[in-house]
Amino acid sequence: MGEKVLMKGNEALAEAAIQAGCRHYFGYPITPQTEIAAYMSKRMPKVGGCFLQAESEVAAINMVLGASSAGVRAMTSSSSPGISLKSEGVSYIAGSDLPALIINVQRGGPGLGGIQPSQSDYWQATKALGHGDFQLFVLAPSTIQEMVDFVSLGYEVGEKYRIPTMILSDGMLGQMMEPVEFPEAKETAQAEKTWATNGHKNKRKKNIINSLYIEPQVLEDLVKERFERYEKIKATEQRAEEYLVDDADIVVVAFGASARVSRNAVNMAREAGIKAGLIRPITLWPFPENTIKKAVSHTKDFLCVEMNMGQMVDDVRLCVEGKSEVSFFGRTGGMIPTPEEVFNEIKKLSEKEAK
Amino acid sequence: MKTCNILLAGFGGQGILFAGKVLAYAGLIDNKQLTWLPSYGPEMRGGTCNCSVVMSDESIGSPLVVTPDVLIAMNLPSLEKFAGKVVKGGTIILDSSIIDKKVERDDVNVFYVDATKLAEENGMEGLSNIILVGKMFKELGFCSEEALFKAIDKCVPARKAEMVEKNKEALRIGMGQ
Amino acid sequence: MAVVFDKPKALTDVPFHYCPGCTHGIVHRLVAEVIDELGIAGDTVGVASVGCSVFSYNYFDCDMVQAPHGRAPAVATGLKRSLPDNVIFTYQGDGDLAAIGMAETVHAATRGENITVIFINNAIYGMTGGQMAPTSLPGQVTQTTPYGRDTSVAGHPIRVCELLSTLSGTALAQRVTVDSVKNVNIAKKAIKKAFENQINKRGYSIVEVLSTCPTNWGLSPEEALKWLQNNMIPYYPLGVYKDVTAEKEA
Repeated sequence: MGEKVLMKGNEALAEAAIQAGCRHYFGYPITPQTEIAAYMSKRMPKVGGCFLQAESEVAAINMVLGASSAGVRAMTSSSSPGISLKSEGVSYIAGSDLPALIINVQRGGPGLGGIQPSQSDYWQATKALGHGDFQLFVLAPSTIQEMVDFVSLGYEVGEKYRIPTMILSDGMLGQMMEPVEFPEAKETAQAEKTWATNGHKNKRKKNIINSLYIEPQVLEDLVKERFERYEKIKATEQRAEEYLVDDADIVVVAFGASARVSRNAVNMAREAGIKAGLIRPITLWPFPENTIKKAVSHTKDFLCVEMNMGQMVDDVRLCVEGKSEVSFFGRTGGMIPTPEEVFNEIKKLSEKEAK
Repeated sequence: MKTCNILLAGFGGQGILFAGKVLAYAGLIDNKQLTWLPSYGPEMRGGTCNCSVVMSDESIGSPLVVTPDVLIAMNLPSLEKFAGKVVKGGTIILDSSIIDKKVERDDVNVFYVDATKLAEENGMEGLSNIILVGKMFKELGFCSEEALFKAIDKCVPARKAEMVEKNKEALRIGMGQ
Repeated sequence: MAVVFDKPKALTDVPFHYCPGCTHGIVHRLVAEVIDELGIAGDTVGVASVGCSVFSYNYFDCDMVQAPHGRAPAVATGLKRSLPDNVIFTYQGDGDLAAIGMAETVHAATRGENITVIFINNAIYGMTGGQMAPTSLPGQVTQTTPYGRDTSVAGHPIRVCELLSTLSGTALAQRVTVDSVKNVNIAKKAIKKAFENQINKRGYSIVEVLSTCPTNWGLSPEEALKWLQNNMIPYYPLGVYKDVTAEKEA
């Protein structure tokens, strides 16, 4: 590891992408992710890469489709309204079995919404970023170090399973600075992409990158094969952090920025003698079912804390299967919950249990 | 020091974010955990601006400072907005050249620094922010003196290298108040 | 026995699905002949667009990518920026290029994106069954203009070559057709130039081919060619609208 530096989340992520071998970035301006594009525009020419400001989010994601087809590590970034525009391209990328890295620095919605941090695109990222049966590999960083570390992880998993990766960040993580270390520069060996459309050189059969299958049976078989890969990802790639969970009566479940706030609240609860803990899903898809299920036996109450009106809480309920209580606390529209607010919710649950 | 929550607030253009960055770098050099979170968006364009800095010996949860241990206020709207949020026994440092009001609380330590006037008198316009940081260091000693001065070296961009010494001088002026 | 006529190597053995009298087949052949003559099949990546020609990924014997509707220029941009030494072409219809994909088209052109664009203008949406295209003529009856295209309601047709010729990044904008041997030869020359421009790094080259759609026009193949000659060519004059190589020579 190198020296610790202070960097904004957006800039750290962009630098991490370059260090991971990304040489093709396509984007369109939108707050609060603009620093990613600005950083890329400065750095890419110096490393012989390509920064291109596209005419729209729609064009940008399709440039990523083209670059990924060519077999290179490509990337785009945006914030919530821009991600909606990209959903067409994301569906095609998934349907074409292409890896690609897509960053969402979330802001409040719906519509033009606001520009302050939010987590209201959880459903979009994990359930339906576009039409059709498909999933993205979704990573939720909660520190700037994770903004860095998840870039290469996202590429590696995405290329292994030929699935697009989303890093679901938010305005807080994008804008804040925190000390960060970059891994020692290493030539990351990328798996050979025998499927890439980079010219057959008259040495192999032609490759086709395609998502069109007119015969229903062919399409069904293909989608089923893709879902077998999804099962492998579910079995091997679930990630979550557990904090003081082992003896907890009340387990807060929160990801990203709201997990940071929740961690403070859990500390406050412990100081007040309440056995609280925190499960922080790191992969939002695959959802860390195993971690939640493991905690069910000793947890009386799960409390989901999100910066939305209650989205991930659905997945927690599915894992808990009615065996424990599951409640929700959230702020939305760009409001960030305070540790005190979350602590009060924990206290209420604790008092209810005492009765 | 367990955790120190610092909030800097003022007008856009007063160097709020820069002062926050100096504090953050000082913490980094001293091997502390820290976060720096700016306000962003339209409010940056000439409106009010604020910046949260959290320094701690432990890993930091929320980077958003809601109830500051230390408030550095550089205009009246900021003081009015945040003075009531400062924790009991906390510290408020304000630029009394710009804010001609007294803080109506007796459960916090308040320091009135004629920062803008001091900056002008010493030929360092625009460095009232750093004078206030110097004062904060004198009163709270939140990091080592060496780290604070090194932080200036880190934060002043290379194209403004001539400003390094002026910033350090501003720190000294603040520390003398 | 001497071979006097053969299938270009850059076409696969997959039979075309196109309707009788449709000119897609001729244009496919011309593109394949040019790829053969330039010896670039191994370096070429084609981008198929949504519309009747979407299955062209099965027909051209080079690597192929199928783009979302209208996005072929963006996909081609991503390919070209990743593979600057390869040859990238798009094959797009009028709905794809001039309606849903107009932003991508204009911006690829104005960036001088070094790609080759084959643009089939048959004044109608073929794949979806004959709706109004951005290039449908005033008064033309289509499924969605059953009383004829009323320009006061549906607006006017877009002349793509004229429009793109105003952009600095466009290297070649030429309109051709394939209604006669003479015009087929002109079309082939234009397509070849559009590929050569890319090899010589000249920028965005587009060849607009006025084409027929007998099925959706409700005409026989022979009538369709006449309709093209009598209606389309007067509205969309054939010719070179921009050619930076000719300008240099002059």
